[in-house]
Amino acid sequence: MSFSSIFLALGGIVACSLPVKSQDLLVVPGAEQADELDSSFLNPQSPKQPGLFDRLGIGSYGELHLNQGDKNEIDFHRLVLFLNYRYTDRIRFVSELELEHALSGDGKPGELELEQAYLEFAFDHGWVLRAGQYLLPLGILNEVHEPETFYGVERNGIETQIIPTTWWEAGLLVSKETESGLGFDFGIHSGLSIATNGSQAFNIRSGRQKVAKADASNYAASARIRYNALAGLSLTAFANFQEDVTPSSVEQNTATLLGASALYQRGGLQLRALVADWKIRGSAFQVSGSDHQSGFYFEPSYRWYRGDRSVGIFARIGAYDFYKGQMQQADEISLGVNFWPHENIVVKADYTEVKFQGSQDHQTYNFGIGYSF
Amino acid sequence: MALDIVSKYRSGLIAVFLIVFQSGAWGLPQVYQKPSDFLRSSFGEIPPTRGISLTQSQQSRVRSILGKNYHQKVIRYWASNERCAFILEAVGKTELITTGYVIDQGKIESVKVLVYRESHGSEVARSFFTHQFRGRSLGSDNRLDQQPRNIAGATLSVRALTKMARLALYLETLR
Repeated sequence: MSFSSIFLALGGIVACSLPVKSQDLLVVPGAEQADELDSSFLNPQSPKQPGLFDRLGIGSYGELHLNQGDKNEIDFHRLVLFLNYRYTDRIRFVSELELEHALSGDGKPGELELEQAYLEFAFDHGWVLRAGQYLLPLGILNEVHEPETFYGVERNGIETQIIPTTWWEAGLLVSKETESGLGFDFGIHSGLSIATNGSQAFNIRSGRQKVAKADASNYAASARIRYNALAGLSLTAFANFQEDVTPSSVEQNTATLLGASALYQRGGLQLRALVADWKIRGSAFQVSGSDHQSGFYFEPSYRWYRGDRSVGIFARIGAYDFYKGQMQQADEISLGVNFWPHENIVVKADYTEVKFQGSQDHQTYNFGIGYSF
Repeated sequence: MALDIVSKYRSGLIAVFLIVFQSGAWGLPQVYQKPSDFLRSSFGEIPPTRGISLTQSQQSRVRSILGKNYHQKVIRYWASNERCAFILEAVGKTELITTGYVIDQGKIESVKVLVYRESHGSEVARSFFTHQFRGRSLGSDNRLDQQPRNIAGATLSVRALTKMARLALYLETLR
């Protein structure tokens, strides 16, 4: 054992057992110091085999909403529990279980849902493979929707009716991030099953099968390119392809979703924009006019920080055309405020007006409280 | 036509698998720079290792910066004249991110992500992001005088680097 390693060992003992005053010398420089130093950071010291609780991760998020106006309702909209397990540094299991609308059961308003459950394998050079049930990499909110990460109590209409957030499917997803700030995701997975008759006909959101004894006679695929190479700017372009979105009907209806999102942040200012556009082939969709369903929104906001607390205001304008009973054209305006007493807790209030062409406006004042950990 | 597209995707996926599996040993964590090389490039040589042991009142300030205690009782640092360096660790989403900070008289001189263990969010290791910390100092409210801009999809890693920057600036006042 060399002198330097003796010094290091002594330093470690001193560090662990005695109160050390500022500026106390732990180690003198020496030839072997570099190796000892590197190994102390590269191989975090684990004298014992990591136990269950070192490998297990738990988390949660939830949001309680109060809507006043056209509807007067209070709803614990969602409570989510995460359970993760790390097998090795490169293999982990991720799961997310959600209770929507507080009460599930026959005839009850809510649902208990498995939102995600996948194994993730990390490889060299930034490659990551997911196998199982995962959130599709489409839009801004679908993958990241903890309440403190977005403005507005309720999610916007575009990422509800056009991109049916939260949208999960089962299959494989390959992701890669490059050194240049470019990243991509590509997945093959199960798909939508949209009805062509009945009250839910041609409605994209109602086509989610939620991987619950879902039809698997057709494949679907999703792809996304991310560009994150400039400070404060995040751009994505994404696509979803469905071989047949109506497996229960005779006609084969291929469908393609194309979209893009942009986020820009500078200081407290943030700009968000999203556009998404479905094209569905086949005569049934053509005749009903639902062969083209699309939308966009633009959301400027500003956030002020004071210590750990912050407050932000936002405005959002959006428009979307979707099918529900008939083709509907909706214009959406939302104005509101978020207050964060802690970075993971948010209190929200907003005024939202949705104008449906040829029918009544819907005006609501919304209040919400949300958390995550 | 649809089947053509699917089979095209299939062959693409197979190609991806081949690349992944032929890339050899799995490589997490991603080591961008060894701690020793970081110190050599910052100081020309590795200065002697010193340690700061936090008193209770200092520990409570650390808690207000990190939201919890730092996971080590003695925090190592390296100094030469007015400049000093800290190599700190913080969890991004689930894994530790090891980051080097060089502080010169109350201001951040440089930030370098040394080891990244998360599967996502490695953009924080890129210089376009870490350059934002240059010249930053600590305000009276424990916050940086200017916030770094967020990276969508890497929010937790951005937060971890920001918290460690605040910690490094605070620790520098204790040495």
